[in-house]
Amino acid sequence: MFNDFINQFWPSTVDGLAFGSIYALIALGYTMVYGVLRLINFAHSEVFMIGTFGAMFVPFVLGINSALTGLALVGVIILMILAGMLASAGTAVALERIAYRPLRRRGASRLAALISAIGASIFLQELFALIVIPEVFDRPQQGRIQMALPPIMERTELFSIAGHPVKLHQVVVVVAAVGMMVVLDRLVNRTKIGRGIRATAQNPEAAVLMGVNIDSIVRMTFLIGGGMAGVAGALYLIAYENTNYYIGFLFGIKAFTAAVLGGIGNLRGALVGGVTLGLVENYGAIFFGSDWKHVISFTILVLVLMFRPTGILGESLQQARA
Amino acid sequence: MALALGLAACGNGGSETTPADGGSSAAAPGAVKIGFMGDLTGANAGIVIPPRNGAKLAIDQYNKTNPAVKIELVEYDSQADPSKAVALAQQAIKTDKIVGLIGPAFSGESAQVGPVLEEAKLPSISASATNVKLAENGWKYWHRVLPNDGVQGPGIADFIAGGAAAKNVFVIDDKSEYGKPLADAVRAQLKTKGVTVTDDSLDPAESDFSSVANKVAAAKPDAIFFGGYYAAGGNLLKQLRDKNVTAKFLSGDGSLDKGLIEGAGAENAEGALVGCPCYIATPDVTDAKVKEFAAAYKAAYSADPAIYASEGYDAATVFIEAVKAGKTTPEDINQFISTVDIAGVSKQVKFAPNGEVEAKDIYIYQVKGGAITLLGKAAEAKLG
Repeated sequence: MFNDFINQFWPSTVDGLAFGSIYALIALGYTMVYGVLRLINFAHSEVFMIGTFGAMFVPFVLGINSALTGLALVGVIILMILAGMLASAGTAVALERIAYRPLRRRGASRLAALISAIGASIFLQELFALIVIPEVFDRPQQGRIQMALPPIMERTELFSIAGHPVKLHQVVVVVAAVGMMVVLDRLVNRTKIGRGIRATAQNPEAAVLMGVNIDSIVRMTFLIGGGMAGVAGALYLIAYENTNYYIGFLFGIKAFTAAVLGGIGNLRGALVGGVTLGLVENYGAIFFGSDWKHVISFTILVLVLMFRPTGILGESLQQARA
Repeated sequence: MALALGLAACGNGGSETTPADGGSSAAAPGAVKIGFMGDLTGANAGIVIPPRNGAKLAIDQYNKTNPAVKIELVEYDSQADPSKAVALAQQAIKTDKIVGLIGPAFSGESAQVGPVLEEAKLPSISASATNVKLAENGWKYWHRVLPNDGVQGPGIADFIAGGAAAKNVFVIDDKSEYGKPLADAVRAQLKTKGVTVTDDSLDPAESDFSSVANKVAAAKPDAIFFGGYYAAGGNLLKQLRDKNVTAKFLSGDGSLDKGLIEGAGAENAEGALVGCPCYIATPDVTDAKVKEFAAAYKAAYSADPAIYASEGYDAATVFIEAVKAGKTTPEDINQFISTVDIAGVSKQVKFAPNGEVEAKDIYIYQVKGGAITLLGKAAEAKLG
């Protein structure tokens, strides 16, 4: 068994990092919305799902059916990420406008918003299974069947660690994810919008008195969180080349776990939580078998919360509340 | 509300007695209803649509002969969800009053629907459920028109050790009611042949199988067997090839669909081997009866018959023969099925008392040039 661990350590680390980065990007959306509204946006899993289809739309429209190289490949990847961001951010903003804001205006309880989120989630899944996939992607009667991305790149081996190949798509995922997170960190900590988000998270009433427009800050939060889920969707599609209408479900749960694990409300916590979860899952699978992956990740979550109820890094968007 | 329910109940009771008096079914005079149940729009619909088409073809052909009693095919889309399947079965029995059911397509739903049909005394013939335990319930009204996993698993294992000559095999299952027992049967048979077997399981709801792929890469097997459906199988195969694993990939009937090739990509799927207790009428067949079926199927659906199409056709044929023989009540039809012995497209159709079909051949198929081709019977097939 220990021998298995030595043999599989490096490939598991590479996969854990790649998958963990995707978890982390989705977790950002949960964490930001929670930080600002103290609401778990359970429809965020569908925001991710729509991101994968947004990215799928690019090769579909361009009619790509063979592997690209060089600038064409870079261009298509950037277009896919942008399309994913656009689709996801648009969905997230629409969700806020339609499913949450009317409730918030009327002072409904957070439980009402939760139910609204679950309803929106089911609505979006079925919308894709019944209408979008059959009509837009021209797959009549196949709305619930997994859709494959045409192979857009050769899975070239870039380098190897201890004899285990590390491939182009894995590097693209990790580099793009880390890049997006650095940009986001700058945005929240260095810009005026970021200051508004932080102020609202710390004390909404005081923020209003200081002239912060809460509605526009909430919209920005959903926009940014949705955009990150869109990047995650595009990266997932590039690495795994398939998607379907319920793909958000498991990713949503895992990313939510990652957000709680890292400390919900904390942006860097989402990164730490996502990568930790990705790695732990893959290492655990070496010892207990792949079917135990979920058990392992949730056991770790329970253990961490027992000793650190606020997660690994704790809350930081609203420290003032503690 | 209570009154309305009471009235509805009365109404149902009334209509139930009428056919018994009149001696015909609840449907239009001179017609009976046969149901087809399975995953018609879900993730694994690719292996349920062909048997549906096969059954529909048989019934359409029969109705075109202007018989005294026509047959109407009623479709029930269970999406492979056992709870949905049970509700649909209730509807089929109480509202639609079908006299026989083709399906349910998968083993999980069959296990749940079986007792409901048994209680209603409604005969069923599945064209694709292969779990061994289904035949061990003592059900009198349940049948299947293909051999079970207890035959399929060892048959494929014999091929892995024989025709494919593998010494070190990695066996993966999807923990489903279908995949796990099939993989276990393969494991057990491989071990009796002195083959080294390594195990793992995966969750088919996931799409990242990298931890499985890493295990396989570390074990360096000559062959991999996956017990599960094609949706997960295709993704698994792609991720294995992405990890530079070049071992032969084998799977069972649940993966015998072009979805396996789409999911993995044609290049990755090339050479993959799939065992099946089913007989697919590939274009190069010589048997006149099979050729005729393949031609009629192609004319009706503008596609070659795919997995279970001939089994679906045969299951429907059994019901048609029953109706032809003047049997139009579930009880009479079930009696007829127990004595049936007809030459079907896929095999000679004759049922044992436990509902199993007597013929026990397993076939091996191979992906060649992006299409599924027949390699031969498992006991005889050789890799060229």
